[in-house]
Amino acid sequence: MPIFEALRLALQTIRAQKLKSGFSLLGVFIGVASLIGAWSIANGVNRYMTEKFAQTLYGVNTFQLRRQPMFVPNVPDSVWRAWRRRPRIRFSDAEAISEALTVPVITAWQSSDNVTVSFANKEARDIDLTAASERYFEIKNLRIAVGRAFTGQENRSGAPVAVLGDAVAQRLFVDRPPLGRNVRIGGVPYRVVGVVEKQGSLMGFPLDRFVVVPALSPAQNLVNPPGILDAFLVKARSEPEMREAMSQAEGIMRSRRHLRPRQDDNFVLDTSEGIQRFWAGISRILMIVMPGIVIVSLVIGGIVIMNIMLMAVAERTREIGLRKSLGARRRDVLRQFLAESTAIAAVGAAFGIVAGIGLTVLINAISPLPASVSPTSIILGVVMGAGVGVVAGVYPASRAARLDPIAALRQE
Amino acid sequence: MQPFRTGDTPLPDVIILTHKLTREYDMGSELVRALRGVSVQIRKNEYVAVMGPSGSGKSTLMNLVGCLDTPTSGEYWLNGQKVSDLEDDELARIRNKEIGFVFQTFNLLPRADALHNVELPLIYAGLSARHRRAQATHALERVGLSDRMDHKPNELSGGQRQRVAIARALVNEPSILLADEPTGNLDSTTSMEIMGVFAELHRQGQTVVMVTHEQDIAAHAARIITLRDGLVATDQLKAA
Repeated sequence: MPIFEALRLALQTIRAQKLKSGFSLLGVFIGVASLIGAWSIANGVNRYMTEKFAQTLYGVNTFQLRRQPMFVPNVPDSVWRAWRRRPRIRFSDAEAISEALTVPVITAWQSSDNVTVSFANKEARDIDLTAASERYFEIKNLRIAVGRAFTGQENRSGAPVAVLGDAVAQRLFVDRPPLGRNVRIGGVPYRVVGVVEKQGSLMGFPLDRFVVVPALSPAQNLVNPPGILDAFLVKARSEPEMREAMSQAEGIMRSRRHLRPRQDDNFVLDTSEGIQRFWAGISRILMIVMPGIVIVSLVIGGIVIMNIMLMAVAERTREIGLRKSLGARRRDVLRQFLAESTAIAAVGAAFGIVAGIGLTVLINAISPLPASVSPTSIILGVVMGAGVGVVAGVYPASRAARLDPIAALRQE
Repeated sequence: MQPFRTGDTPLPDVIILTHKLTREYDMGSELVRALRGVSVQIRKNEYVAVMGPSGSGKSTLMNLVGCLDTPTSGEYWLNGQKVSDLEDDELARIRNKEIGFVFQTFNLLPRADALHNVELPLIYAGLSARHRRAQATHALERVGLSDRMDHKPNELSGGQRQRVAIARALVNEPSILLADEPTGNLDSTTSMEIMGVFAELHRQGQTVVMVTHEQDIAAHAARIITLRDGLVATDQLKAA
């Protein structure tokens, strides 16, 4: 019997026994759906972490000179307290590094805190106020939607001008043009010169609730004591150049801090590597746990299919006897039942893929997790689903194939 | 005929030849000798009834002749080929090409319509869908069921079901039509109808071998072989 006939017969049987087949493909269905769902989350978060998260927080080929790392999971209190005792980064540190670096870079100062920004009788609370120098926009890849960024001139003179995040502009001005208006930050009027393009959200955190003002403008006193920076941002043209700039910066800082060779740095040169390492750890755990879940459900699915197929062979003993008497060879019968179990599993896998993709869409819609379907997981789902069908079908099918036609025909 | 090295001198046109055919079943504690040396020859276009009380070995002989079973000893030649020592898959091929079975309980696939049921042997013969359809249609026409081709078995009467089964047996143009109590599940009117079909097929040249325990059914055949205790008791040609 050609494969095509066997498949046609299998699908016909599945159609005829919808409920039974439905139950039997449940295991494979759940297995494949969870495979694709879990993989999609891991895949999506992975991409997000490496592409967007890291870039948004740090910028490409960028390092930040800070007192302590920006993103640190699970740090013991003692370490944290030690970090808090370190000297802070000063304007003069930033200037010294800027002058001494031999690698072509662009740099920016940054200090941030949460403030309230108001316009007329409207208020935007809990806004991230960043006092930064003019290249900040370039390093953070913040594109201006309306107006302009502030200039180096404005930065050095400490002009009271502000560039708003999209959410702040929306909140304070609704549909009115914000350019040229004065918003109040810490009681000081700031003239709005630009609005940044909408950034969306990151793992559920809104990215548009910020205001950027020149580092030397009056608001510098709101964010840090005089002469102090949160971070000095250095963006190089490439990864190797960034490494070179980092080692130069480290040397400069160590000599400025008078650190002896044995002493550790009392500052950090922070890159997106830390956060990526952290994520890689999580995703490794996911990649170990997830196959476990998937394998368990596929094994259960396989056992269910094997059971159903054994039942089918018992129920259809007479049919098998008849087919043999009409000239079906062992391999024809084997093929018929293998095709049936494989078809059940494949249909289960197909539904599982649809459900897995649906799950991914759902996760994207209702949770901040950025899930994205990986083609590999679909291929794997199909292969594993069909594989389960074949493996689960071998024993029942070989039993069917070995049936003695006389005994099979005699059975009631 | 050169192949028949042993046993009786073969008759011309012989289709079935068994030589000292025995079949024993090992039932654990005892050895059941169902056939104890059956030698028969059946020629082309014969119409033979095999009779005998239960336990006489007629079902065993039927299974051997139908290539569903292999003998313990002896030889079986079908259509010039020695089949008594063939492998499983070769026997399946012989069943497919040379033998058309008609069963007491019809043995139709309940979910398939008449046409598909008749097509079944052709699937295993490896024919294309188009050829299968044409041949199955033709076979159904031969048994007078061309207007019932798309009916499922449960939409057909007993006689019609047995006709579908006969069409299925004929569809591969087999050397022998092998019927096992073909009227066992039918009332007497329908039985006569089916015997009419057999008679017509025989008239068209089909070799028919039929196992029955009913005297009046066996009377339709031209030759009656009676088995008793695993041996041929009588073998009579009916006077024409």
